[in-house]
Amino acid sequence: MDTSEQHLEDLKEIRKMMEKSSRFLSLSGLSGIAAGLVALAGAAIAFFVLGYPHRFFMSGEGYAGGVQMHAETIPALMLDGIVMLIAALGLSFYFTRRRARKNGLSLWDETTRRMLLAIAFPLISGGILCLIMIFQGLIYIVAPLTLVFYGLALIAASQYTVNELKILGISDTVLGLLAGVFPGYGLFFWAAGFGFFHILYGYRMYRKYER
Amino acid sequence: MKEIVLKLNKAFENRIRLGIMSVLMVNETLDFNSLKELLGATDGNLSSHLSALEKEGLISISKQFVNRKPNTTCAVTAKGRQAFREHLDLLEKLIKSKNK
Repeated sequence: MDTSEQHLEDLKEIRKMMEKSSRFLSLSGLSGIAAGLVALAGAAIAFFVLGYPHRFFMSGEGYAGGVQMHAETIPALMLDGIVMLIAALGLSFYFTRRRARKNGLSLWDETTRRMLLAIAFPLISGGILCLIMIFQGLIYIVAPLTLVFYGLALIAASQYTVNELKILGISDTVLGLLAGVFPGYGLFFWAAGFGFFHILYGYRMYRKYER
Repeated sequence: MKEIVLKLNKAFENRIRLGIMSVLMVNETLDFNSLKELLGATDGNLSSHLSALEKEGLISISKQFVNRKPNTTCAVTAKGRQAFREHLDLLEKLIKSKNK
């Protein structure tokens, strides 16, 4: 009668149930990679097609002038951003659903609800603040703000899903603060935070959990 | 070792009960259907284990109606939390003493 084996099994089962019931574990690394690629594409469009006003800022003529001069590109930049956001969310959803199905977990349960609630507050308030700033003409503050609020949302979410998300959240928050120090280079910080960081994180997660 | 085994709480001897307690330790409250899905148990099986645990005062069960559908939510009681912690400590001790 080897009861100790059985007790060990019991402990493993207990740990598994605690994890499974309190953390959203279906988040796929591929979601991160896809979102990162979409963000880079969006940044490239902003840079090459829409002529994001970085060169003007670099010439040191001041932000107010830059905003006035490029007022007509702002709706185009916003449209670019919104389309990319929808594409990134759609692809993330697709890969995460795929992983949940593969593991036989349901996509919508208590852990999903908690994770989304944790994200919602920082993300929505950050988004509204960005819109207010755009209408106030403070365009250059949008890149730092989006990065900081997105990072904070990820840190909040990491409590309810894989812990690695916290690292991405902290990186994006710090990057957002840095972006505030270098106004006019927002697009580059944006491409780094939403593009490269997502890809790095996604690749790491994919290697660690899904292969 | 024998005396530790004797001290193990009989209420937790079953896998489903262990599962119920584990899940409720980390979730403030959880409804019947989520528990069922997490544990992969049948309705009858789960409810019999739930009422056994409730009878021991280890969990509390409350029944409400949400949109006219019955909704059962479970939560662990202070006594249940204490008992489960002790149970985990005992399991740990047992494994350690075996490995020596």
